[in-house]
Amino acid sequence: MTAITVEGLQKAYGPKAALDGLDLTVPQGAVHGVLGPNGAGKSTLVRILSTLLRPDSGRAEVAGYDVTAHPDEVRYRIGLLGQHAAVDEQLSGLQNLEMFGRLYHLGGKAARARAAELLEQFGLGETGRKAIAQYSGGMRRRLDLAASLIMAPKILFLDEPTTGLDPRGRTEVWQAVRSLVDGGTTVLLTTQYLEEADQLADRISVVDHGRVIADGTAAELKAELGGDRIDVVVHDAARLVAAAAVVGKAAKAPEYEIETDPDARRVSAPVADRIGALTETVQGLAAAGIEAEDIALRRPTLDEVFIHLTDGGPADTEEVRA
Amino acid sequence: MSLQTDATIPGKPARGSALTWAVVDGWTMTRRGFAHWARQPGPQIAGLLFSVMLLTVFYYLFGGGMTIEGGGDYKEFLIPGMLALTMAFGLETTMTELTQDLNKGVIDRFRSMPMARSAVLVGRSLTDMAQSVVGLLVLIGAGLAMGWRWHGSAGAALAAVGLLLLLRFAMLWLGIFLGLVAGRPEMVMAVQILVWPIGFLSSAITSPGMMPGWLGTIAEWNPMSATATAARDLFGNDLGATGGSWVVEHAVLMAAVWPVLLIAVFFPLAVRKYQRLSR
Repeated sequence: MTAITVEGLQKAYGPKAALDGLDLTVPQGAVHGVLGPNGAGKSTLVRILSTLLRPDSGRAEVAGYDVTAHPDEVRYRIGLLGQHAAVDEQLSGLQNLEMFGRLYHLGGKAARARAAELLEQFGLGETGRKAIAQYSGGMRRRLDLAASLIMAPKILFLDEPTTGLDPRGRTEVWQAVRSLVDGGTTVLLTTQYLEEADQLADRISVVDHGRVIADGTAAELKAELGGDRIDVVVHDAARLVAAAAVVGKAAKAPEYEIETDPDARRVSAPVADRIGALTETVQGLAAAGIEAEDIALRRPTLDEVFIHLTDGGPADTEEVRA
Repeated sequence: MSLQTDATIPGKPARGSALTWAVVDGWTMTRRGFAHWARQPGPQIAGLLFSVMLLTVFYYLFGGGMTIEGGGDYKEFLIPGMLALTMAFGLETTMTELTQDLNKGVIDRFRSMPMARSAVLVGRSLTDMAQSVVGLLVLIGAGLAMGWRWHGSAGAALAAVGLLLLLRFAMLWLGIFLGLVAGRPEMVMAVQILVWPIGFLSSAITSPGMMPGWLGTIAEWNPMSATATAARDLFGNDLGATGGSWVVEHAVLMAAVWPVLLIAVFFPLAVRKYQRLSR
């Protein structure tokens, strides 16, 4: 059973295409991460799926209903947590949740009861009567999430849910999301933070220029980079180029796969034979008289996957021209 | 934090006709506006005091130097004019409040919910109209305290109040339209500045007959002038010399025609613009 189906979705703002034929399938109960830089089309996707925006063409189904043909059926079944707190700042937490409950047509009594219950669940019971303007960023986000959950939606859209939050607020949101997922909610999460996608998502779609450029689990995406890498930090930045030659030879990696970072005095290269490459690197550096501060073998990070995937595409060339 | 206990979620929300929900949701949104007042009464009280202050400034400070054509009592002329001016300035309130709402995330929540599409605008209308009724009563009270009286029948006085509120209703939809078009608080600033010259280029506080000829004609045709003159007429107050121009002679008619015309133009434009937020 699929919760979200997206086929060939297109949306342009004037001449600028925000979505350019995006495809996506999310099975029920999954957490799907949509990862991409600013302007990749992530928010446009969420706004279309949550019925805020009409697509130019293509098809989007949420909970079995087409978002343009049956928006109200979709609206009863989704929760939306956008980039900015979507609550009425001038009202209290209780007033907000009761108002939203009424607008979901629960009736006054049920709306009040549900509001009180959600405030308790989100640890906002004591501050329920205070105006939101006096809430901290994390509290506001929690109330926002509570408002998204009034109907216990089957599908929840989280559009960069932790942008602008401190580490503690971020952890709070992550915990809440995990708890929801345990309860069977399908979550579509957009993020610029690779760590966030890695932490929360079962599968990740990497989006750039309005299209999915890679799709898979975090492990699969990392594997695309060719497995493990070796990192060497040299003592003297002047020896970095020499070190890169040694590491490249030891790792048997082609020259374009070797990355050097002068600021961190680091050379990084993909390796196939872990121990062989490590041994040869140590010996090679000693023979060339290069002093190393750190040598390590590691899995690639999602950051590297992302840079690898988005690097050198036609769009980047355009940006250089502009 | 456990989120599994959703004891109070009803199996299914109540179903009803679209019209029922338009009324219920519109009322929920109106209550939201009232809740804002209750939580932050300061700006509302300041707004009321401002209109009373404007009235006292014009009467006690400028009043001595004001001459109306025909030489009648300025108070008789001024107070209905101030009522019309206050209704017209309601445009600012509507535009400011709507723009603030549109620029906050909460509008996205409303639009992602299965509530009646009309509710946001219905709530805005009812809240603003209620505020204007209060504003009118306070200004009329202030006028009475200053010695102003109406001389006509109670029915005619009520008709005057009705025409004043009709002007406010027209300004409401103009304000909603401008708020949707401008979208940003900076644009509200421009309108806030422009309402003053446009407001004064009318018969609200001075006789157009005392202005340079062509300017006086524009002032006479200002929709606000029609309402001000009609209110003076219905309250049985001093009209000032009318100079026999057609639009002044037919002020009561024009006080109905102008707002209805404005509503006929800006109501559909505003609704269309609101529906197009999803484009």
